[in-house]
Amino acid sequence: MTDHGNELRIEQLTKSYSSGAPVLQGLDLTVPGGTLAAVLGPSGCGKTTLLRVIAGFLRADTGTVTLDGRTLAGPGVHLPPERRRIGIVPQEGALFPHLSVARNVAFGLTGLDSGGRRRRTADMLDLVGLAGYGDRMPHELSGGQQQRVALARALAPRPALVLLDEPFNALDSALRTGVRADVRSALRATGATALLVTHDQQEALSTADLVAVVRQGRVAQCDTPQDLYRRPADPWVAGFVGDAVLLPATVHGSGSTATTPLGTVALAAPSEGRSTGTVVLRPEQLQLTHADTEEAVRGTVRDVFYYGHDAKVTLSVQGVDDPVDVRVAGPLSVGPGQEAAIRVTGEATLHP
Amino acid sequence: MTTSASGGRPAGAPAPAGRRPLRKADETPAGRRPPWVLLAPACAAALFALLPLGYLAVRAFERGPRFAWNVVGDERTLQLLTRSLSLTAVVVAASLVLGVSLAWLTVRTALPGARTWSVLVTLPLAVPSYVAAFTWLASAPRTAGFAGAALVLTLVSFPYVHLPVAAALRGIDPAQEEAARSLGHGPIRTFLRVTLPQLRPAAAGGALLVALYVLSDFGAVSLMRYDTFTRAIHTSYRASFDRTPAAALSVVLVVMTVALVAAETRTRGRAGHARTGGGAARPAVPVPLGPWRIPALAWCATLVAASVAFPLGTLGYWLAVGNSATWDLGTLGEAAWTTLGVAAAGAALTTLLALPVGVIAARHRGRGARLLEQAAYAGHALPGITVALSLVFFAVRYAYPLYQQLPLLIGAYAVLFLPVAVAATRAAVLQAPPVLEDVARSLGRSPLRVLREVTVPLAAPGVAAGAALTFVVCMKELPATLLLRPTDVDTLATRLWTETGSGSFAAAAPYAAALILLAAVPSYLLGRHRT
Repeated sequence: MTDHGNELRIEQLTKSYSSGAPVLQGLDLTVPGGTLAAVLGPSGCGKTTLLRVIAGFLRADTGTVTLDGRTLAGPGVHLPPERRRIGIVPQEGALFPHLSVARNVAFGLTGLDSGGRRRRTADMLDLVGLAGYGDRMPHELSGGQQQRVALARALAPRPALVLLDEPFNALDSALRTGVRADVRSALRATGATALLVTHDQQEALSTADLVAVVRQGRVAQCDTPQDLYRRPADPWVAGFVGDAVLLPATVHGSGSTATTPLGTVALAAPSEGRSTGTVVLRPEQLQLTHADTEEAVRGTVRDVFYYGHDAKVTLSVQGVDDPVDVRVAGPLSVGPGQEAAIRVTGEATLHP
Repeated sequence: MTTSASGGRPAGAPAPAGRRPLRKADETPAGRRPPWVLLAPACAAALFALLPLGYLAVRAFERGPRFAWNVVGDERTLQLLTRSLSLTAVVVAASLVLGVSLAWLTVRTALPGARTWSVLVTLPLAVPSYVAAFTWLASAPRTAGFAGAALVLTLVSFPYVHLPVAAALRGIDPAQEEAARSLGHGPIRTFLRVTLPQLRPAAAGGALLVALYVLSDFGAVSLMRYDTFTRAIHTSYRASFDRTPAAALSVVLVVMTVALVAAETRTRGRAGHARTGGGAARPAVPVPLGPWRIPALAWCATLVAASVAFPLGTLGYWLAVGNSATWDLGTLGEAAWTTLGVAAAGAALTTLLALPVGVIAARHRGRGARLLEQAAYAGHALPGITVALSLVFFAVRYAYPLYQQLPLLIGAYAVLFLPVAVAATRAAVLQAPPVLEDVARSLGRSPLRVLREVTVPLAAPGVAAGAALTFVVCMKELPATLLLRPTDVDTLATRLWTETGSGSFAAAAPYAAALILLAAVPSYLLGRHRT
């Protein structure tokens, strides 16, 4: 697969249900070929509707969907699902309970002779680490195994795009990480373009190459996980993809630094003429030091949440309305009621 | 497949096991209209089921609306209405008590031999109402009248409630009841407030079938000499060549059916009865019965005795009393063979016609789909004789070669029992998660192939159970068979009727026994299939 093949392009997609409630409101999204993109959003944001429109189970009201240069949906065009070359991996797998694992995987292999079908099925099961499971029935597999068979089934006919609808939801968290990694490497190995729908920001950031945050039927921001986390488009996105500390700020003359209740902060991008605004920091950009440190801002510890690998300390700081979260790695030396000093490292983003 | 393949009105189906709702409420699968390959045969089936109604409309108003109105408004008609409705109300109430209590005892408690009991209490399905009536009359003639009719009809129809309610009970996640208990509700309050409301659609579906059964029953009320609509219609047909009064009375019966079906649809409502959240439900921990074990066993034993053992015992007595001179093995064998043949053909045609209607009813919402399903139910409350005469009417006019031939009788079975097969198909299709159809579409299958390769194989056990049930009810059918069979053909039911009519219980007994034995086989398989 080349970098240019299998690109998914969605333009100005709108969709309302018959009750009149708009679900998609002019959504734009481009996923380059071979990319694993995550669609991340709170429940009700329209991400499942988006997935069903792409797959062809729903008709969009307006807008276009093109895949690899073919128009799947657009004015006067609605390709039925069976002609889209899009594989889907539903929640909980949805394997056909009346067919064996091998026949599930082979279900979409209509163009091949029986030998080719068998080879492709074996290859796919091998790819997802289930070689030799072909004769089992779906109910004889664990949840994670079912999910992997569902992926093999979706990938077998070499689809141009694979849609994954919260596929890890039903798995317990210990299993989830492993299945996620397996799914990602299987997708990489085939070079398929994939769209993963999820409401779990950890999952989106850790699994995808590209994350599109959807809010009220539109893409609020689409970026690599790093850029999304480091440079959120607005405070809402910042808060949705991780813990965020929001501070009122006054920009200095040069436009590259700003004054906040936690001291002077470097800005990730020039302020473009704005003199005041809100800066967004991540809790791990804040450090706790001894209360008697000079030049540091002091706060009172309100609460401590201990996670093992790190801890989150919540402080109240003069001049900041909301409590300030600080992530602390290593041994913890403060407790509720104590005073501590806070120091800011790294850059912050400025928002109106 | 666990659900109401039988009488279990689809509503009884616990929503397709607990997965999250797979589509939004106002979304129909891949497009708004059912595909033509389903819609066309479904419409044909619905139109076929509506034939008798068309006939009634023609006949009833042949002599003007005033004449029809006079028949309907007659004091005698109102009297019949009261009698039919009170019989229906009593039988439905009693069937609900019997059906729900037995379902709970066999599914949820530590009742000794629960599996055996749950099979035994489905056996009354194999006992035709006229056979039950005849056995009670033969041993206790004073039961004739309202009490006898109510008793007999309850004993033969309570499995229609028991089966869907038992299936629904099995489908309820016990975690919901545990949550209620942990919130401070006692076991009785939990049953009333958490379990019972979820059983309501299943129980209402079963109650509807019982009500329709009672309204259209002819054999039991005739033998018990309790005048209802069906008996009056029959008498009116027999009494004169003027078909209009009987047709007008039939129209009233149809109106009552429509009202009942509408009432049942209302109780179904929009509420989902699915489990929320994923994973498989744990089986419920059986409720220990403690000191109630003996009364519970006695309750089950009494019902099985009254509904199954008593008719069989009575028949056994008459078989013993009769001597070989009174029965003729050749005739018996021939009648049994004919019965099997026409019932199998009837079940096959009915299932075929029901398939598209059931799939549409399960997969498509909206007025059109509901109308199709309700049309399929039209024939059910019509007395068999009305259906038979309407088919005679059409055959004589438009398809004379069919007149007095077996295909006409098989067509009547299809009109009469389409609801049974539609309910089974709908419930079976509901058990197959629609997401599987989506997946099959995305893997390159056309809608028709999805139906053939995914939906039908998944629904097959439930559809087969529905076919078995249709087979049983076809074997037991009496009034339409009496009228439509070719003159030289006799089924077990018609032979039995002829012999009883001439008062020879001993001569009738072999036919009744053969009928019950033959019908018991599929009934037994149905009961086992569910457990």
